Amino acid sequence: MNRDRMLKWFLYGYLALVLIFIFAPIIFSIIFSFNSDRFPTIPLGSFTLKWYETIWQDPDVWEAARNSLIVSLSVAAIATFLGFATAYTDYRYRFKLKPVYLALILLPPTIPLIILALAMLAWFAKIGLAGKVISIIIAHSVLTAPFAMAIIRLRLSQMDVSLEAAAWNLGADQWRALRRVIVPFCRPAIISSFCLTAAVSFDEFAIAWFISGLNKTIPVIILEIVTGNIDPQVNAIGSFVFLTSITLVVIAQVVLMTREKKEKVHHG
Amino acid sequence: MADALVEFDSVVKRFGDFTAVETMNFTINEGEFIAIMGPSGCGKTTTLRMLAGLEAPSGGEIRMQGRVMNHVPPHERDTPMVWQSLALFPFLNARENVEFGLEMRGVDAVTRKKKALEWLDRLEIGEFSERDINSLSGGQKQRVALARSLVTEPKILLLDEPLSALDANLVIRMQSMLSRLQRELGITFVYVTHSQSEAFAMADRVVIMSRGHIAQIGIPKDIYRAPENRFVAEFVGRNNIITGTVKSSSGKLVTIDGSLGKFKVALGRGHQPVIGDVASFVIAADLVHLTTTKPKAGNVIECSLISEEFIGSVVTLFLETSDGSEFKVQIQERELSDMDLKHMGRVFVSWESDRAHFIGAG
Repeated sequence: MNRDRMLKWFLYGYLALVLIFIFAPIIFSIIFSFNSDRFPTIPLGSFTLKWYETIWQDPDVWEAARNSLIVSLSVAAIATFLGFATAYTDYRYRFKLKPVYLALILLPPTIPLIILALAMLAWFAKIGLAGKVISIIIAHSVLTAPFAMAIIRLRLSQMDVSLEAAAWNLGADQWRALRRVIVPFCRPAIISSFCLTAAVSFDEFAIAWFISGLNKTIPVIILEIVTGNIDPQVNAIGSFVFLTSITLVVIAQVVLMTREKKEKVHHG
Repeated sequence: MADALVEFDSVVKRFGDFTAVETMNFTINEGEFIAIMGPSGCGKTTTLRMLAGLEAPSGGEIRMQGRVMNHVPPHERDTPMVWQSLALFPFLNARENVEFGLEMRGVDAVTRKKKALEWLDRLEIGEFSERDINSLSGGQKQRVALARSLVTEPKILLLDEPLSALDANLVIRMQSMLSRLQRELGITFVYVTHSQSEAFAMADRVVIMSRGHIAQIGIPKDIYRAPENRFVAEFVGRNNIITGTVKSSSGKLVTIDGSLGKFKVALGRGHQPVIGDVASFVIAADLVHLTTTKPKAGNVIECSLISEEFIGSVVTLFLETSDGSEFKVQIQERELSDMDLKHMGRVFVSWESDRAHFIGAG
């Protein structure tokens, strides 16, 4: 009894430490983004929106934000589509080299980012696509499609195997069954995969830095500002990026969880 | 004789090395309620899936109204199915589920809704038409699945163990509803089940399958009382099978000599036993007399009582014969309580020759 309680408190403490180490820097970054002092020191100066005004007026930041937005939305769409297609292929068909097929699909996230980035850069330079927004989109799609596939595959594995056949049985050809049954069934997974791949792409730095050229994304411009000098603008941009990403991730989780809960409650 | 709706002509289905269905020949008539029954893995579900076009035969032909269906894709057939899992679309409500088949056939939205509501009403779940599928009970879902399949007014309805997920009380109610529905609509029902009570309660004809073969086709009473072979006799009902050597045959009566004694068995049509051959006969557990004193004549076996199984008004007694084999007897509970039997006590079972059923070497 006593030992149970001790273990419980130990685990709570451990969890608290993990959360502190993850979130403390982010919270400080957010706090300092409203601080008037140029250097991040305590005690704090006065409250200010100066840094937000600066980035608001900086055309480079706007340009980067626009690039990031285009890239992350396109990546989310492409990666989710690819993820859905591969997950469905895996669900629907049996073929000889399937383990190889799956391994290939799941490979990109296992390659160190720098190596992936260098390889992409070399390849894009060769085919004349280096330094374009489209090249970042392609590279990020390759990186994030496996996540989309994993999420959608999980959802498909929860589907009654008769569901698709039931649609055919009621007069739907394969395409209509796909559109009217498989896609609606996977909708929560599709939405959350869209949000997650968008978030991953929005945050991704290494690949973007290598191949973006003049078309910088937000993480790239942050590095540029930091390497130049110490500038609290970074805190302001960082807060904005953090807010965007965490919102996407939370949406993804909520969409997946509410659907599952709903299905579970009524199954009993 | 009614017209043939479906013909299975030497149909074979193989999955790799495994033969699921082997040279199957039979006909399903228009307006017939046919049950396909057998233990799991006997090929009954494969047969149903071939009818729906979800599997293509490896050999032979399946014809529907004379048209060869072997390679017609499922969506071009009109063979709706009620699935074991029901396979209702969880993201649609009850009415939208029912409308699905109509929508695929290009029926306009107004007509669709009207027809769907008509069917939900007919199956007494009209009030749940706008409800989320997941919020319905097992029996209500069952009715939605039925409405979804019947709304397109097909000539044939396929049912794959549709009642297996329901509790016993509900099964009885759904059985009478299915029977009534089939009579009213006059369409063909093909009902796959492993449950004898479901098959016998509803079907006009029953197909018994074993390891990909048809073991027997017939009306429930014949299957029950006149099994054609050992498999059917063991699978259906509570039967005792006795094997011996044919001693003599008079055309109407055959004498079989086995380790438990000599028995006279009435001969059905089509059997011509050869003297000296090994042959078996079936005596149903509910067709024997049970006594504590030895009957004077007839077919008698002496047994001792091992155990009893009580199911309501009927009791099954498990007896052991002198050669150690089991013999089952079914009698009324009130008869049993009059007899005052003891465990391991001596009893006699006896029967008239015309109660036994000759199955030959099978």
